[in-house]
Amino acid sequence: MKLNERSLAFYATCDSPADNAGFLYKRGERHTAYHRRWFVLKGNMLFYFEERDSREPVGVIVLEGCNVELCDSAEGFAFAIRFGGTKSRTYVLAAESQAAMESWVKSLSRASFDYMRLVVRELEKQLQEMCRGPAGGCEGSREPPGPWKPKPSGPEQSRERLPALPAIPPKENGCAVWNNVLGADRPPDTSGCGGHDEEENPRPPPLPPRRRTPSTFCRLHERYSREVARLRQDWQQKQRGPRP
Amino acid sequence: AVLKKRLVKLVVNFLFYFRTDEAEPIGALLLEHCSITKEEENVFSISFIEEPERKYCFECATEEQCQEWVEALKRASYEFLRRSLIFYRNEIQKMTGKDPLEQFGISEEARFQLGAHRQ
Repeated sequence: MKLNERSLAFYATCDSPADNAGFLYKRGERHTAYHRRWFVLKGNMLFYFEERDSREPVGVIVLEGCNVELCDSAEGFAFAIRFGGTKSRTYVLAAESQAAMESWVKSLSRASFDYMRLVVRELEKQLQEMCRGPAGGCEGSREPPGPWKPKPSGPEQSRERLPALPAIPPKENGCAVWNNVLGADRPPDTSGCGGHDEEENPRPPPLPPRRRTPSTFCRLHERYSREVARLRQDWQQKQRGPRP
Repeated sequence: AVLKKRLVKLVVNFLFYFRTDEAEPIGALLLEHCSITKEEENVFSISFIEEPERKYCFECATEEQCQEWVEALKRASYEFLRRSLIFYRNEIQKMTGKDPLEQFGISEEARFQLGAHRQ
């Protein structure tokens, strides 16, 4: 399957901040020897390089639909990224310390696009509820502009329309504009959901209508925290037990 | 350039494309650091920041469909989602004085912070 590799390599090496980075040992596919690689986590992509200063990654793992779990390994501090499906492989990685392992397992568990989307929807919902409230500082509820419904093909695509980000539109879609502090530069009298600025930027569209289905975010997050709690228990037990 | 009919599917931050009679995609485009541009009628293009002159062009059946795709693709990147999250977090914090991520125990997560390089 073709992939826009140059763009992937760019994403991996550009100076947008990484969500985690460090050396990890990666177990080979055919031979079980571990190779030390430099790993960089950006968004839902886990890139790995031969060396820290390599110009291009040697590989990438897309962190969607996977589980991150501890594993028993003579190496110690080992964990696995496991994908479902018969053709999928499991990636076994090992950190160089307990702290590094914990940090990686945590950041990898929350790396998926799906997770991010859930969090965003939850916050969107909260903001909506606040705007609907009696004392809300918003401009009141607004009607959505016509029967517009985004429907690209694919059942998993049901992206809701977010209010346009205010004041500083990025020049390139998706380009991290970390230096632009969103919202912080807006004048005080435009507080509230969305708001609008007086400049050439159009008034942002109103928040999408409230979903009827109950939010699964709380349940999902409960599951994650149970998982983390269980992992923590496992680690503590292993620490007490005999060293591998 | 020849136009080829493809089934196109947006899944998270990837745009997959298939031959119309095949189940496995021929390829995918990672939608990070890209520009979605409305071209002439029914047509939009995707180009990437490291190679801006190279355009992946898509012709839709209708102008309406074209607009839908442009809107969807502009919001497709993980980085866009992250910015939205930070925006909402900020808004809620301003309105309530509380960080909405705290109740979920993820307020210290590196990925939700604005600015400085982590690690």
